[in-house]
Amino acid sequence: MKIVVCVKQVPDTWSEKKLDPTTKTLDRDSVDGVMNELDEYAVEEALKIAEATSGEVTVLSMGPAQSTETIRKALSMGADAGIHILDDGLAGSDAIATSLAISKVLEGRGADLIIFGSESTDARMSVIPAMVAERLGVAQLTFANKVEAPGDGSVKIHRLTDYGYDVVEASTPAVISVVEKINEPRYPSFKGIMAAKKKPVETITLADAGIEAATVGLGAAWSEVAEFAAAPARAAGTIVTDEGNGGVKIADYLSEQKFI
Amino acid sequence: MAEILVLVDHVDGSVKKTALELLTLARSLGEPSAVFVGGGIDSAAATLAEYGAVNIYVADDAALTGHVVAPKAELLAQLVAEKSPAAVLITSSAEGKEIAGRLAVKAGSGVITDAVAVSADLVATQSIFGGSTIVQSKVTTGTPVITVRPNSTAPEAAPAAGARSDVSVALSPVATAAKIVDRVEEAKGARPELSEAAVVVSGGRGVGGPEGFEVIEKLADSLGAAVGASRAATDAGWYPHQYQVGQTGKTVSPQLYIANGISGAIQHRAGMQTSKTIIVVNKDPEAPIFELADYGVVGDLFEVVPQLTDEIGKRKA
Ligand SMILES: Cc1cc2nc3c(=O)[nH]c(=O)nc-3n(C[C@H](O)[C@H](O)[C@H](O)COP(=O)(O)OP(=O)(O)OC[C@H]3O[C@@H](n4cnc5c(N)ncnc54)[C@H](O)[C@@H]3O)c2cc1C
Ligand SMILES: Cc1cc2nc3c(=O)[nH]c(=O)nc-3n(C[C@H](O)[C@H](O)[C@H](O)COP(=O)(O)OP(=O)(O)OC[C@H]3O[C@@H](n4cnc5c(N)ncnc54)[C@H](O)[C@@H]3O)c2cc1C
Repeated sequence: MKIVVCVKQVPDTWSEKKLDPTTKTLDRDSVDGVMNELDEYAVEEALKIAEATSGEVTVLSMGPAQSTETIRKALSMGADAGIHILDDGLAGSDAIATSLAISKVLEGRGADLIIFGSESTDARMSVIPAMVAERLGVAQLTFANKVEAPGDGSVKIHRLTDYGYDVVEASTPAVISVVEKINEPRYPSFKGIMAAKKKPVETITLADAGIEAATVGLGAAWSEVAEFAAAPARAAGTIVTDEGNGGVKIADYLSEQKFI
Repeated sequence: MAEILVLVDHVDGSVKKTALELLTLARSLGEPSAVFVGGGIDSAAATLAEYGAVNIYVADDAALTGHVVAPKAELLAQLVAEKSPAAVLITSSAEGKEIAGRLAVKAGSGVITDAVAVSADLVATQSIFGGSTIVQSKVTTGTPVITVRPNSTAPEAAPAAGARSDVSVALSPVATAAKIVDRVEEAKGARPELSEAAVVVSGGRGVGGPEGFEVIEKLADSLGAAVGASRAATDAGWYPHQYQVGQTGKTVSPQLYIANGISGAIQHRAGMQTSKTIIVVNKDPEAPIFELADYGVVGDLFEVVPQLTDEIGKRKA
């Protein structure tokens, strides 16, 4: 089976994220980048399926030059090859343009499964997998905490819902997104890290992908940030140590605040 | 006045609070039209009209609900083409956001997710980076598709005509590519739904085991609250996964959030940081969750929480 995993480089979870005052987009230069946590689970799932079906895994990322670190990490976990969509014209892309660029590059590559994380930690929109499924015209199997893809053209997942889960079936090609309950991502081994250095990473520009520059990037965004501001800081709260009446004290506070 | 389409959340015709919130919000933007997908409109119609739906478009077809997300986006795209509404409002749930994303691609529209407010000129307010930054954004191309977080607007009744019309949609093969073959319901009590609840009482690893959650549930019931859990608790199997609050669980923004035995990892905070009032019970004074607390008690939750539950019972009696 041919599997493509889409991974995004995001600011380290613990870093303080800021918007750039001029472009009003995420300031990606002032923070350390890491692979979006959920995408590690996507890579792991792809590797597991590939191992069971003698498949191959290609990792795809769209983002600035430093995104190669994230691609290399996936390669050191065991992915076979990388694709990096890299073009200054893509900076500031909205979800519409991001899904367009990813879909354009996937077209014609014959992937049986395209696996995503279910959400990025920076923008947190949770829409790219659905939008790519829409654009490619393939089945959408998202929010999976279980995937069965035996390699015979069928694929079945458990899709998490408010009430529990749905069992969903489709034929390949299909788009999958995974939640963190699905597996335990492996750590890259030393051997894996060494091997990753020799694995091929293809760099694709807008022109290579046949994407018109006017359809992507900040200038082409179909939504724009008009203004932004720091949220008012939370006022420091009152912290007390329980001296046998902690519960009563909280009840007092709740009464004061009219919750009871 | 321009029409505003509102996709109605409901379970077999029992309308969810989020739908009433969206109808209330839609009235400040234009003329609300409710889009009702699936069965049960006879029990829902009166409520939708009471909360301001001028029109109700009903699409009751098993194919629409028997497949993942795509059919609803196709239906909405058809309505957008026919009615030329000024905007489409959808609840910011996992599924709502996916519907919005697909609809935006189909309709050639920009999309904004997780709005906490929308002004009359369709500028959306988003609270990003765990609530540290407030952004005003606007869709500049196509019919704005906006998903709105639960608890962003207080529902208010304002009776309108609620004129019903049936809508049919010829689904494309792509829309029916992912077939739902089974729906599995996991335990769910009579408590309010987590993402909609005005009060959420959560437990984490400090609760110690499934039995420990009884203490959490009792407090929740004394306040009419929903129960939430940290990932440590859901991963250990102490509480079902759909109650997980955080990055990969639900994002909640209740009036009151009570965190018990939860340390406050960044992934947990991502799901509850915008709660209006936060109360913390934790035995470790250094636990980072205290940074968010409006009121915190350093102590053993097995002593503090039952005492609180009793006290609430007494004061309510
Ligand atoms: C704070 C903030 C708010 C934003 N709000 C909006 C908005 O309201 N509307 C809008 O149109 N745009 C918005 N954007 C821009 C938007 O985030 C980007 O277009 C982004 O690429 C898509 O959204 P996401 O990261 O939330 O993806 P999600 O849909 O949350 O990501 C899901 C998965 O898609 C894959 N993926 C996502 N991006 C890439 C990538 N670049 N390369 C490879 N795989 C990828 C990963 O597998 C990821 O796990 C916002 C950006 C920020 C920083
Ligand atoms: C990709 C990814 C996604 C994640 N998504 C989520 C998510 O959606 N939601 C989430 O919650 N986490 C998520 N996590 C996990 C997160 O990083 C933390 O591991 C988790 O939140 C810890 O849960 P906890 O606070 O219950 O446990 P701990 O961090 O172990 O904290 C337990 C706390 O209980 C206190 N305690 C112990 N006993 C008592 C007692 N008797 N009385 C009072 N206090 C007591 C301790 O002092 C401690 O502070 C995610 C992690 C990853 C990698």
